[in-house]
Amino acid sequence: MEERELRALIGQVKAGTLSRRRFVQTMVGLGLTAPMAAQMLASAGVAQAQTKWTFNPSKRGGGALVKTLWWQAPTLLNPHFATGTKDQDASRVFYEPLGSYDPDGNIVPMLAADVPSVQNGQVARDGTSVTWHLKKNVVWHDGKPFTADDVVFNWEYVMDSATAAVSVGNYRDIARIDKLDSHTVKIVFKSSTPFWSSPFCGPYGMIIPKHLFQAYKGDKSREAPNNLKPIGTGPFRFVDFKPGDLVRAELNPNYHIPNRPFFDALEMKGGGDAISAARAVIQTGEFDYAWNMQVEDEILKRMEQGGRGRADIVAGGNIEHIQLNNTDPWTEVDGERSSIKTRHPFLTDLAVRQALNVLVDRGSVQEQIYGRTGIATANFVNAPSRFVSKNTTWAFDIDRANQILDGAGWKRGADGIRAKDGKKLKVVYQTSINALRQKTQQIVKQACARTGIDVELKAVTANVYFSSDPANADTYSHFSTDIQMYTTTMIEPDPQRFLDQFTSWEIASKENKWQGRNITRWRNDELDRIWKAAGAEMDPVKRAALLVKMNDLVIQNIVVVPVVFRPRVAAISNRMRDVVQSGWDSDFWAIAYWSKHA
Amino acid sequence: MSKYLLRRALISIPVLIGISAVLFTILALAPGDPFEELATNPNVPAEVRTNLRAKFGLDDPLPVRYARWVIAMLRGDWGFSFLSRVDVDTLILQRLPVTLVVLGSALLLAIMIAIPIGTYSALRPYSIFDQVATTFAFIGFSLPTFFTGLLFILLFSIYLDWLPFIYRADIGASGWRWYWEHLRQSIMPVAVLGLFQAAAMTRFMRAAVLDVIRLDYVNTARAKGLSERATLVKHVVRNALIPVVTLVALQIPSIFGGAIVTEQIFRVPGIGSLLISSILANDTPVVMAVTFVYSALVVASNLAADLLYGWLDPRISYR
Repeated sequence: MEERELRALIGQVKAGTLSRRRFVQTMVGLGLTAPMAAQMLASAGVAQAQTKWTFNPSKRGGGALVKTLWWQAPTLLNPHFATGTKDQDASRVFYEPLGSYDPDGNIVPMLAADVPSVQNGQVARDGTSVTWHLKKNVVWHDGKPFTADDVVFNWEYVMDSATAAVSVGNYRDIARIDKLDSHTVKIVFKSSTPFWSSPFCGPYGMIIPKHLFQAYKGDKSREAPNNLKPIGTGPFRFVDFKPGDLVRAELNPNYHIPNRPFFDALEMKGGGDAISAARAVIQTGEFDYAWNMQVEDEILKRMEQGGRGRADIVAGGNIEHIQLNNTDPWTEVDGERSSIKTRHPFLTDLAVRQALNVLVDRGSVQEQIYGRTGIATANFVNAPSRFVSKNTTWAFDIDRANQILDGAGWKRGADGIRAKDGKKLKVVYQTSINALRQKTQQIVKQACARTGIDVELKAVTANVYFSSDPANADTYSHFSTDIQMYTTTMIEPDPQRFLDQFTSWEIASKENKWQGRNITRWRNDELDRIWKAAGAEMDPVKRAALLVKMNDLVIQNIVVVPVVFRPRVAAISNRMRDVVQSGWDSDFWAIAYWSKHA
Repeated sequence: MSKYLLRRALISIPVLIGISAVLFTILALAPGDPFEELATNPNVPAEVRTNLRAKFGLDDPLPVRYARWVIAMLRGDWGFSFLSRVDVDTLILQRLPVTLVVLGSALLLAIMIAIPIGTYSALRPYSIFDQVATTFAFIGFSLPTFFTGLLFILLFSIYLDWLPFIYRADIGASGWRWYWEHLRQSIMPVAVLGLFQAAAMTRFMRAAVLDVIRLDYVNTARAKGLSERATLVKHVVRNALIPVVTLVALQIPSIFGGAIVTEQIFRVPGIGSLLISSILANDTPVVMAVTFVYSALVVASNLAADLLYGWLDPRISYR
């Protein structure tokens, strides 16, 4: 979809002939993210919808205890050290960012008084700065006021490399932060930054108090007593924490949002496994909420019949996809397989890639394996809507694959395997050990066998496969096979950083110890150019068009074959109310609004 | 006696050093990295992980890391967890009480079941009671705890809906309710562990009583007119317990081992579940410390078994 068409659609929304929601859905269909769709509308002067998530009114307190279950236990409560979402979620009970992302990716102000935009002048037209107004009535749990100094401090804290903060990726584009007054900050970026909400919003944006952490910046960061005893601004105050087991919190009587939270206390229990966690919420009702249900849909459905709880499914940025290797994994150059100096003998032939693309039976994979937890897709970027491409479709067609290969001169040999110029279509297909993935491998292998492509399956234990050990050739980033499959995650509602895995400077190689993010080793000058252009484009519509174009390039060249996109699944008790999930933020982004049916 | 104790204590030092060296090497050779999750996260730049690895000394050669660990350990510094950045001894001390309570109650339950049943079986060998008890004992120690654990959950939590299957160490209640909640959630893990131990212990007890009851001094006791009850309690059971006590002491390490799985199933926050989660997360300092505690326990309970034996049976002397 071109910029012109996008503009036409926005015109329809303005005129009222197309609903806002429909527009966002269309954009998701195009491979864009919902937050970006919202930005596009905002830039065109369509008012930002008041957060659709109208939470039921409640009063502060009186809700007793809410019990939540994470099958991976949180190990620390400092958001800047969070090794996984479990730690971010636990921190989110106590700490808040300036803004959170709602399910459509809109910014919902938390510690900010309002949402900056180009229209209200808080975002510079050239995207080099953003001004945030902070709420004035916010106090830390220990009674000290929350001010602009805290915001500035968080940036300094994270940027000190001796602190070893994991959130540094979101903050390093900041050139400086000016404190305009006690409750106003101006963030100045090093260059044009269309995704200006990356710092201080979402799961990496939580703000820790300056007065308790300033003595523990840099080398001494580990010794801060408040790493385990958070003093935040959030709806709940800290009671007790046992790393790897339990977080306990109680209502914050001074919380800055009136009449919230409803619950008097919160417990977050960790450990165990996903299936029994689902059981504790959906089947026995022992717990009210459980995170990340990596459970087969069939099992979830069976549990749901009891009527005590349900699986809540929300779109996010996870995509299970098959990568095609552009380099030759079977030739070693300077001690490196899949070296960028080689070319894959047959996967670089577009005909072979096209054939493989129609041989992946996404429909069956969804129906037979993932159910509601994996939706067949043709796109690499599947949400938020404004970045989702509509130009691509998927099909499963063995005849078509045969035609393509016949036409390209790949002839079946005596053994039934196609060959051309002495090169046989023999493919090694690797993934991690995981029942769902092995079933998917089988479906693909069978279709390939009927087309004269010989597929050898390989499964590597997840510990090794997803490790970053430079000495082990079986990791996903070494990519020592012809094709491989795994899930990659888009964490932010902006696909820019997600799409850098197709840029030429990110190619994984021995030189960068296989830490580069471009695993397929695909190179395309056009994509490189568009990526850079999108990184500086301030017009959200033009930018969305660029990002859609990148998705289309990847899909049309069949760099990867998307299989299913995997929404986030949580288990929620039927007694709970307003437990709204967002695919772009922590599970607890709206914890202050949760309540229970009487 | 004290000389013997000293010698045994000194011997256990090289044993512990050997165990720690083997553990450390295996852990270092195993694949994985505590900061793996960061590596696959597009939001976290690669330098963060490299910095963390360098900061925590993970890039140094194996012997250097081992030497550093041993020296710190000798100074009483157990190191800190890579994940939670908390001192390891704090973590273990937090978890230990729960493990001890659960294991202690399980052991108590086992003893309370095993001694009467074992004794009664031996008094009437091959009676119906003995046959039934033997059958159950064999079933008991043939079924692994992870299996009985799941069966219990299925039956008592899911079908009958009587008991919770998630253990919470901190219960936000006080007074009688606190005890009641603790009791309810402890029933299943304690029963699973206790019945497993009781099964083996019943067999030990039965064999020991059978050995003793045929001896002449038991007949003498009866002949001098002691009641059957007094004979049994003062002469038979007391002597039969000597080998059983030793066996129980020797079994303690394996009980800790069995508890690892049970703790995981019921989410009991003990050191067993700490061990599993640290292994999964490649959190080397915690794994080292917990396994080290376990191996120290093995060495100590072996020693305790030897000492107890001598104390119960004065005919044995230590040299």
